[in-house]
Amino acid sequence: MDAPLLEILGLDVEFTTPRGTVRAVRGVSLEVRRGECLAIVGESGSGKSQLLLGCLGLLAPSGRARGAVRFDGRDLLGPDPAPRREALGVRITMVAQDPMNALTPHLTIGRQLGEVVLERGLLAADAAHARSLEALRSVRMPDPAARLRQYPHELSGGQRQRAAIAMALMTGPDLLLADEPTTALDVTVQAQVLGVLREARDRGLALVLVSHDLGVVAGVADRVAVMYAGRVVESAPARELFAAPAHPYTAALLASVPRLDTPFSARLAGIEGQPPRAGEAGAGCAFAVRCPAASAQCRTEDPRLRAAGARSVACHAPLVRLEGPS
Amino acid sequence: MSARLLEVRGLTVRFPLRPAGLFAPRRWLTAVDGVDLEVGAGQSVGIVGESGCGKSTLARAILGLVRPAAGSVAWRGAALRAGDAAALRRMRREAQLVFQDPLGSLDPRMTVGESVAEALVALEGPQPRAACDARVAATLQEVGLDPGLVARYPHELSGGQCQRAAIARAVVARPALLVCDEAVSALDVSVQAQIVNLLSELRERHGLALLFISHNLAVVRHLCDEVVVLYLGRVVERAPRAALFAAPRHPYTQALLEAVPQPDPAAAAPGVRVPAGEAAPALGPGAAPGCAYAPRCPWADQRCRDEVPPLTAAGAAHFIACHHWQALASPR
Repeated sequence: MDAPLLEILGLDVEFTTPRGTVRAVRGVSLEVRRGECLAIVGESGSGKSQLLLGCLGLLAPSGRARGAVRFDGRDLLGPDPAPRREALGVRITMVAQDPMNALTPHLTIGRQLGEVVLERGLLAADAAHARSLEALRSVRMPDPAARLRQYPHELSGGQRQRAAIAMALMTGPDLLLADEPTTALDVTVQAQVLGVLREARDRGLALVLVSHDLGVVAGVADRVAVMYAGRVVESAPARELFAAPAHPYTAALLASVPRLDTPFSARLAGIEGQPPRAGEAGAGCAFAVRCPAASAQCRTEDPRLRAAGARSVACHAPLVRLEGPS
Repeated sequence: MSARLLEVRGLTVRFPLRPAGLFAPRRWLTAVDGVDLEVGAGQSVGIVGESGCGKSTLARAILGLVRPAAGSVAWRGAALRAGDAAALRRMRREAQLVFQDPLGSLDPRMTVGESVAEALVALEGPQPRAACDARVAATLQEVGLDPGLVARYPHELSGGQCQRAAIARAVVARPALLVCDEAVSALDVSVQAQIVNLLSELRERHGLALLFISHNLAVVRHLCDEVVVLYLGRVVERAPRAALFAAPRHPYTQALLEAVPQPDPAAAAPGVRVPAGEAAPALGPGAAPGCAYAPRCPWADQRCRDEVPPLTAAGAAHFIACHHWQALASPR
């Protein structure tokens, strides 16, 4: 088996606030291989976005990341800034939730796409134009040549998100980080954008897809990591996780997704209560207060993430017994 | 059959567009085009379609917030006429609106308690302080907000708590109809499920009728007895829930169903059978004579491009506006 493209080892992200130090991400270890899609799923405030930013050293000034992040074998958070500088925006690119923020309103799409490669001297002007057209085609933008001359406000929401993805593909990256890329979109356009991301993965791009909705990642993800209160509570190959979630939180998230194949019961199995605010996790499992199966042990002792084969789970009483070497 | 609360007939809303030139004729965008709709007491009707399909404009026109170009709205059997402020006020007391953005629909300078009390006073007039506080507290409890949050400001709450507060504001004066405009779309799925459950509890407990606007058919399926599918201002399919989900007939309804993200990696990957493109209105007089969905429809032929399909009965209370619905088998 080849080495992982992105390797996150024991990452912590902390913020200094007037109320003291807040730990937004606690000891997260994850791997992404070439051509693989890793989905990171959790509710708002679970630390998924800070995890991405922490990996890239892009935290707000009050934030600090500790731990090791290796991209293609080189340390991104180490004292030598060169690996990070060379990777960021070229071999690792990002797509954010709101495409309007990713695009500059007063420049044409063509200018913005071209700039990505021209600024770094990666391509000459005519090659950059050809690459822009190719990038727009690869995200299935209708009438790409005309789009190059248009401004962001002339595009629909779905077209803007396609343009933002095209921009992230301009340098031919190895890894694309997409943070809630379809949350602001209609279901139809969401399905189209997910199709575009899946095609990019099938062409060999490694993808990290962050979402609050397990339904959204089901069709794209090869592996899923579920985050709660800054920690990974379950990680598994997508098929196994959807077929039989091991953590009660994963099961609850799965039951929250409104389905088309259940009886017309009006009740959805939501998760009662609120996730803890970042840094407010006490002793014991952070999910214990909302967990239907919490025991006395869960309230006093924080379960470790235990691996068995390709799966791992942090729960004292997992819903399925994981098989395989630990 | 329960008493009819709301009856909408041939409702049409047009917005003027900037003319193409100095002497060019004025162009209009028809956002809502001849929509018929009824909501009975305690009934839950879902309106489904993509962004730009006229869902929100329809809701606003029903509540008298936008003046329609044609058609009529009747509340409890009495037609609402433009300029009849008293009739409009009577309706608005009983028909309340919940928006998509929970933070944006609460005044940032008011506590949750003040916001809910304000709605109560606006709809029922001044109240004795103690009675008002008791009603507010009871309503907050009913929507599942901790009474300790009554003195909090919106920015101190989570998105789900803000949406509960917005619902408390809407139901504090016991309306007969709640119009929810994408009220759960901006929330995490776990919170979305809580709010959907809250709305069905309010329905059961108070016989509240719902007009639930959404782009996600799976959410509508959990909440609504009747579903109306809107495309570019026109109703393309309308049916009771069981009929619609058992046999969706209109190609657009089928596409919306295909697009619903399902937590099942073995199911067909998303996007495979979803039509390309987005809902884009044809502008100007006679710009698109045919079916509005024809440019995206895989089954469209010349007739579809020339001739608007009328809404025809395809079964008991099942209506479809498609020339080819009989030939199209359901994919599910």
